[in-house]
Amino acid sequence: MTDKHTLSVLVENKPGVLARVSGLFSRRAFNIHSLAVGPTEHPEISRITVVVDVDELPLEQVTKQLNKLIHVLKIVELERDRSVQRELLLVKLRADARQRTEILQVVELFRAKVVDVATDSLVVEAVGTPEKLEALLAALAPHDIREIVQSGTVAIGRGSRSITERALDRNHGLIHNAS
Amino acid sequence: MAQAPAPKPSAISATATQARPATTTQARGGGEEMSGAQSLIRSLERAGATDIFGLPGGAILPAYDPLMDSTILRHVLVRHEQGAGHAAQGYAHATGRPGVCIATSGPGATNLVTPIADANMDSIPLVAITGQVAAGSIGTDAFQEADIVGITQPITKHNMLVTDPADIPRAIAEAFYIATNGRPGPVLVDVTKSAMQSQTVFNWPDKIELPGFNSGAKPHSKTVQEAARLLATSRKPVLYVGGGVIRSGASEGLLKLANLSGAAVVTTLMARGALPDSHPQNLGMPGMHGTVPAVAALQNADLVVSLGARFDDRVTGNLDSFAPLATIVHADIDPAEIGKNRHADVPIVGDLKDVFADLVPALAEEHIKHGKPDLEGWWKQLDEWRTTYSLGYTPTEDGLGSPQHVIQRLGEISGPESIFVAGVGQHQMWASQFIKYERPNSWINSGGLGTMGFSVPAAMGAKVGAPDRTVWSIDGDGCFQMTNQELVTCALNEIPIKVAIINNSSLGMVRQWQTLFYNQRYSNTDLNTGHGTARVPDFVKLADAMGCVGLRCESDADVDATIKRAMEIDDQPVVVDFTVSRDAMVWPMVASGTSNDEIQYAKGIAPKWDRED
Repeated sequence: MTDKHTLSVLVENKPGVLARVSGLFSRRAFNIHSLAVGPTEHPEISRITVVVDVDELPLEQVTKQLNKLIHVLKIVELERDRSVQRELLLVKLRADARQRTEILQVVELFRAKVVDVATDSLVVEAVGTPEKLEALLAALAPHDIREIVQSGTVAIGRGSRSITERALDRNHGLIHNAS
Repeated sequence: MAQAPAPKPSAISATATQARPATTTQARGGGEEMSGAQSLIRSLERAGATDIFGLPGGAILPAYDPLMDSTILRHVLVRHEQGAGHAAQGYAHATGRPGVCIATSGPGATNLVTPIADANMDSIPLVAITGQVAAGSIGTDAFQEADIVGITQPITKHNMLVTDPADIPRAIAEAFYIATNGRPGPVLVDVTKSAMQSQTVFNWPDKIELPGFNSGAKPHSKTVQEAARLLATSRKPVLYVGGGVIRSGASEGLLKLANLSGAAVVTTLMARGALPDSHPQNLGMPGMHGTVPAVAALQNADLVVSLGARFDDRVTGNLDSFAPLATIVHADIDPAEIGKNRHADVPIVGDLKDVFADLVPALAEEHIKHGKPDLEGWWKQLDEWRTTYSLGYTPTEDGLGSPQHVIQRLGEISGPESIFVAGVGQHQMWASQFIKYERPNSWINSGGLGTMGFSVPAAMGAKVGAPDRTVWSIDGDGCFQMTNQELVTCALNEIPIKVAIINNSSLGMVRQWQTLFYNQRYSNTDLNTGHGTARVPDFVKLADAMGCVGLRCESDADVDATIKRAMEIDDQPVVVDFTVSRDAMVWPMVASGTSNDEIQYAKGIAPKWDRED
């Protein structure tokens, strides 16, 4: 039995850093469920959100191994109930006029959006928790789904605290004298 | 190639004296103008390198030009880049200073992969410099292009690609810093030819900014206290000493802790010499081919204090049954090692020098509180095992020499100030078992990666780092045939190492497993180098051809005289072909994957345990 854990990894914005992080997971035989990377409010820091399927103990090990990467600044586990977690989903469906009405009902029900319409197709966009998106996909399943594309989870802690700030604080003054 | 800007040496030194910053607070633009290649060489000098091992080629050629003028760097031209890497490792092993190797792009760089992986496993400070194709050609499958940064990412502590010549000094400064601070390891710096050929301003960084680098915490006083309390109150304590003690240079602290605690001490393959073998509490090596007392001590201990060790499978055997009764104190500079394989009851993160500095006085205080623990019963038991199951070997039956005898006499005749460098296999285990190590940095081998061919080049590097010490490469006939070309390097560069080939005419350790586990079906392990075989190659002739003195010894009776003859030759490398029996086996042995409780003292002889589980 494994559990899904969401890790926010703050990294220096250096070439190859994503490869270093993802390579470490595969090298130590950890299964990445999803991964998303993007800039932060600090131009020199990027943020990787990675969802892994692991038990508590191996999770500690992978966190320690990640910490050894020179470009990794900070790792925070974001617990489900104390963070906001979102994924983005785009679905392309084949739909004539009659099917379109049915699909639009589902779209409305899930507070999703139609972002592209052609005579015989449409593209649905939805943002939500992985569970919500799963439910939406189930509801759309009877229709003719042509393509699905889904982002990795991004997540942010609830409340006023900023992990970027804390990372910068922690590392402030960590400058080594050259020999 | 590389006719580019290489000022005359006089021009460099003239500007060097006036422009080299006296303090490290030199402002930007205050540095000296030079090519990226000169900046690379200057950076290596500033980082403290004095000896580097390498081999030039297209992409690194620009650096070799100013290297020719350096009065600080001695470059040893190897015959294969793998030799450069292992030599740098041997150098680091023997001296504690970072080893430096340099190679060109593509195949030059990929030939460094094995030594880099080896250094990563055994925590050896190593800086590898590789040339890379011009920045504009990267990604085009250019001639001799290989993504060495990508290739070595999983096997380096850190690596980097430098395309801007202005980044060279910082990259080199960081590489040396990372390689030597915290848990040591290999760092690769890949420098494009275009960066080396461009003009730049040399500015040695006064500060290294590595916000994500943890060089190691100070040991936590609470856990140190707890470790001290456990050491003062346990009845069957064992200090499980790993290579970290040697890397940290913490042997003195270990001696104090051993003396004060009275605990049994086991020294792993990587830690031989961390505590003198003559120390009465030293039970020798634990693990697959460890001594029975060392293995038994761990299996029966109520407290195991791991000091710079990592619970490697070759030590623990089947992990679930390793030291089943023991509380575990685990001290290591790398927090990721703690709890990786075995749960640590008391974790201590820190440099072992600091750990000993705190733990020894803490233990003294505990002794005041609780009195010294009564370890009499424990030592009675340990001494019984020591007497009953002392290390030994049975003479061979085919009239050929005993490898163990050769190795034991090498240790005794050459003495404890010598450096012994092994390859991988049976000879390595015997060299660990039958030589008495009395000081750190006297035993060098490839432990984690188990790299055959490590010995000759590593011995060469050790001799360069410690020219006043006798350096013996103890090698197998299989290993020797992988890297012996570096004897040419030794002969031409006056690096007089001595090589003892323990020649059993086969891949001995593999053959031993075939004997024990594959019904004596000797698939592809016969090398035909021994007595009564085709004897190809003839090691004595080979040695002679490579500018070394070649000697041969075919019986136990001649061993002493041959070693003494080899010891008398100081101005040339010596190779001794010790022809020995192929039937000798390494004992004791814990078969792979089984419990340490099932250790066999010799074939079919298992000690009886009397453990109160």
